[in-house]
Amino acid sequence: MTEMVYGGQPVQAGDPVLPKWWRTLDKVTLSCLVVLFGVGMLLCLSSSPPLVERLDRPAYFFVKRQAFFGLLALFLTLFISVLSPVVVRRWSVVGFVIVLTAVLFLPAFGTDLGKGAMRWYIVAGRTVQPSEFLKPLFIVTAAWLLAASQDLGGPPGRSWSFGLCLLIASALVLQPDFGQAALVIFSWGVMFFVGGASIWLIVSIVGTVLAGGIVAYQNSEHFARRIDSFLEVDLDPTTQLGYAATAIQEGGFFGVGLGEGRVKWSLADAHTDFIIAVAAEEYGLVTVLVLIGLFSTIVLRSLARLMRERDPFIRLAGTGIAVTFGIQAVINMGVAVRLMPAKGMTLPFISYGGSSLLAWGIAMGMLLCFTRTRPQGTIGDSFNSLRRG
Amino acid sequence: MIRTPLRPLAHIIKARADGENPDMIERENLRRRHDETRDRLRVRAEGRLIVMVMVFFCAFSLVGARMGLLAASDTLVPRGTGEAQRISATRADITDRHGRILATNMETYSLYAHPRDMIEPIRAAKALMGIFPDLDEASVIEKFTGRSPFVWVKRRISPEQKQAVHDIGEPGLVFGPREMRLYPNGPVAAHILGGTSYGREDVRAAEIVGVAGIERARNDVLRDPAMAGRSLALSLDLSVQAATERVLAGGMALMNAKGAAAIVMRCDTGEILSMASLPDFDPNKRPRISSDVAQEDSPLFNRAVQGVYELGSVFKTLTIAQALDMGIVSPQTTVDIRGPLRWGRHTINDFLYHGTDLSVEMILVESSNIGTARLAQRIGISDQQRFLRDLGLFEPLSIELAEANQGRPRLPKNWSELSTMTISYGHGLSVTPLHLATSYATVCNGGTKVAPTLIKRDIIETGPRLLSLPAAMQTTAMMRQVVVHEKGTASMANVGGYAVAGKTGSADKYDARNGGYHEDRVIATFASVFPADRPEYVLVVMLDEPAVHNGDEIKRTAGWTAVPVAAEIINRIAPMLVAPTPNGPRALARVSLTSR
Repeated sequence: MTEMVYGGQPVQAGDPVLPKWWRTLDKVTLSCLVVLFGVGMLLCLSSSPPLVERLDRPAYFFVKRQAFFGLLALFLTLFISVLSPVVVRRWSVVGFVIVLTAVLFLPAFGTDLGKGAMRWYIVAGRTVQPSEFLKPLFIVTAAWLLAASQDLGGPPGRSWSFGLCLLIASALVLQPDFGQAALVIFSWGVMFFVGGASIWLIVSIVGTVLAGGIVAYQNSEHFARRIDSFLEVDLDPTTQLGYAATAIQEGGFFGVGLGEGRVKWSLADAHTDFIIAVAAEEYGLVTVLVLIGLFSTIVLRSLARLMRERDPFIRLAGTGIAVTFGIQAVINMGVAVRLMPAKGMTLPFISYGGSSLLAWGIAMGMLLCFTRTRPQGTIGDSFNSLRRG
Repeated sequence: MIRTPLRPLAHIIKARADGENPDMIERENLRRRHDETRDRLRVRAEGRLIVMVMVFFCAFSLVGARMGLLAASDTLVPRGTGEAQRISATRADITDRHGRILATNMETYSLYAHPRDMIEPIRAAKALMGIFPDLDEASVIEKFTGRSPFVWVKRRISPEQKQAVHDIGEPGLVFGPREMRLYPNGPVAAHILGGTSYGREDVRAAEIVGVAGIERARNDVLRDPAMAGRSLALSLDLSVQAATERVLAGGMALMNAKGAAAIVMRCDTGEILSMASLPDFDPNKRPRISSDVAQEDSPLFNRAVQGVYELGSVFKTLTIAQALDMGIVSPQTTVDIRGPLRWGRHTINDFLYHGTDLSVEMILVESSNIGTARLAQRIGISDQQRFLRDLGLFEPLSIELAEANQGRPRLPKNWSELSTMTISYGHGLSVTPLHLATSYATVCNGGTKVAPTLIKRDIIETGPRLLSLPAAMQTTAMMRQVVVHEKGTASMANVGGYAVAGKTGSADKYDARNGGYHEDRVIATFASVFPADRPEYVLVVMLDEPAVHNGDEIKRTAGWTAVPVAAEIINRIAPMLVAPTPNGPRALARVSLTSR
């Protein structure tokens, strides 16, 4: 009575937020991410000295920046993973519209940093690459549209999301950034595939992508040169690929030792696109295999958890993010071992770069949020099967 | 498909009767249908997610496996010292038919450095300057003090230079073995040998690959480990080749020609004893292909094999040989040669007036276009085509040179009767000088087909018969008359001691820019065989745009240009090849280049 009259402790509906979060979170994936970040810091220590020398910065300049952005990214990951999928979806769509506008206006207000591709904005003295952020936001938005199209009387979300995908891809190709464009198309394609597309549509899309690749090969000298150098049987040891191969061979199983590596001095992109070569040279095959193990654990575990997911939006969005993460890692490492033609693509959470780190921090936060354990109506399924049986 | 309505009428009526809200029925049905679709899609998605899991598992495993393989393999750039492994990838020598060396390998060294092992890099760099003055001191010092663990210094050094570098006493300077292709005769047989360059290279070995000529065409054979210790014997005779080139070069200069080609071939086997094309080059220092010179003016261009020309009257021999073979005429049959011969809008004329009729033999001797065209009319289009195709004049020759397929003959687009008439005296069909030599070999060996080759043949294989033996012999006898008859066009070829038979050809060059033919540019050819009574060798000499001054006149015809050059070549090479004919030719000689 006292409580009724004077008001007392309000009753909490549902679990408290933090315990529920911790209980339902995929803790293995989170630990993998933290370890990845740690390895990334170690490799940044290894690969940044040539950069410091070339750009004439104080010692540990890049390591400090990487640590700052890395911690920020980890914080974002944790923060987003606490949110509910609906909130994530809502803010992602808002963010998507903003970032898409930013990407579309790159040709007008962006800068190419003297690298021949319009990919960056300069914000408060820092360079930002909006297309990195666009990927996870696009995936969530497209998943929303695709999931909505499955409902009776839903919008034609497939065509809408495909239209968005093409718009983004063409904007990226114009930069030019064939790698990111291919990633966007790939992630949409996988979501489309998992979302239950008919197999013939998939085949025709794959055909279109191949045709696009051939057109790019014929029209872009930059692109064609990379393909040609991949198809050449003999490796010129003074090319990027040659240096990378030599570095991996030099490293052997246990590496040449900390700071002893040489490849980072010859390769301009040693801290981003070819960081795996630095890792292989200094820390050896063992470390590289651990890295591969971490990446594959994250991807495979997330996909396995998403298989049980009942909500189509969560399933699609989670799948999109997980496969994009996975394919980017596979391509980055595949290039270094010459399984694929040279393509500038960062290794998520490892390669140096603030935009890339933050964007992947956000994406991984979303993935953790989507892969949290949720009631999946399995009891209802048992009842249904009982009734049918 | 049966569509179940969302609002089944029966249920609605019942609900209304019971006073319930009928919308609830619709909503419930909608929910049920949603659940069904979602369940169906979830099962499908599960299957597809398993596919994705497997795809990524395979992709990661593949990358990991590839990393492992790469990490376990050896590096291209060696670490440490003592990597002086011998290379096994040697290349077989090339010799002439008598075993004289045309191309061989020389052991040289490459010089590279391991800056990390260097004790006094600056001193070493300065000392290297004394040995290799062409190096740039600043860049060498920069390389030696830089971070790279491995730098090239010189790709090819001589044994003396190696000793001098050794004497510097710097442990960071390391030698690697390196084979070098050497052509000891310099430019002799340059177009046949072609040349080589380095393919893949690392410090232990450098692969030598052929870039042209027989080095390229027979690259696999030469690099075959089974060839180790053996050599590839060509059909060439080095002495004949050198003499031919020498005389041809002199003749080309004397006749003011811009290019020249000569081929000496055995009639019976098709073996090429010498083949020269001028201007030439030194395969030891093969010039780069230059884009500002037309291909056919480049020294790399092999006129004998790549050059496709309308060769003119030398084709009359083939026409007459076929006419004899078909039994249409005999050497003494007279043919009406009243000119000009009109055919539609075209007229065929003779270079000189030869009267109203000539015997077949005299048509060849005096080189009458009208007479030959008349014979071709009687041969007919299809028979002429068949004969020329059988001789191999429609296809590139399958000779052992990388460039051979570029010598594709040019045929008329539609082969009219007029084409037949012009081709009978060598216009309208363009072939290489080697095609011509091969055809003459057939005429002179008694009428069997030969396949030209640059590889020494041990056995004589008789090809299919294209001409009857009497027709072939009669043709050869007529060609002898071209040289010895007082009206013959090749009187300068009457070399003492060796009975020469042949036929001249002076064809105006086609003017690609304006259409039509140049008035003042000719291809002068002399196709000859010796000895005429039992032919063994064919010699074809071709001069590109010759012009000699004879008094006030400028002479361009083959009789004044190619014939004396051919005569001099025969003078030089015949003693190496055949026994002199004791009598005969001397008595008939009217003009002789030999001084007694």
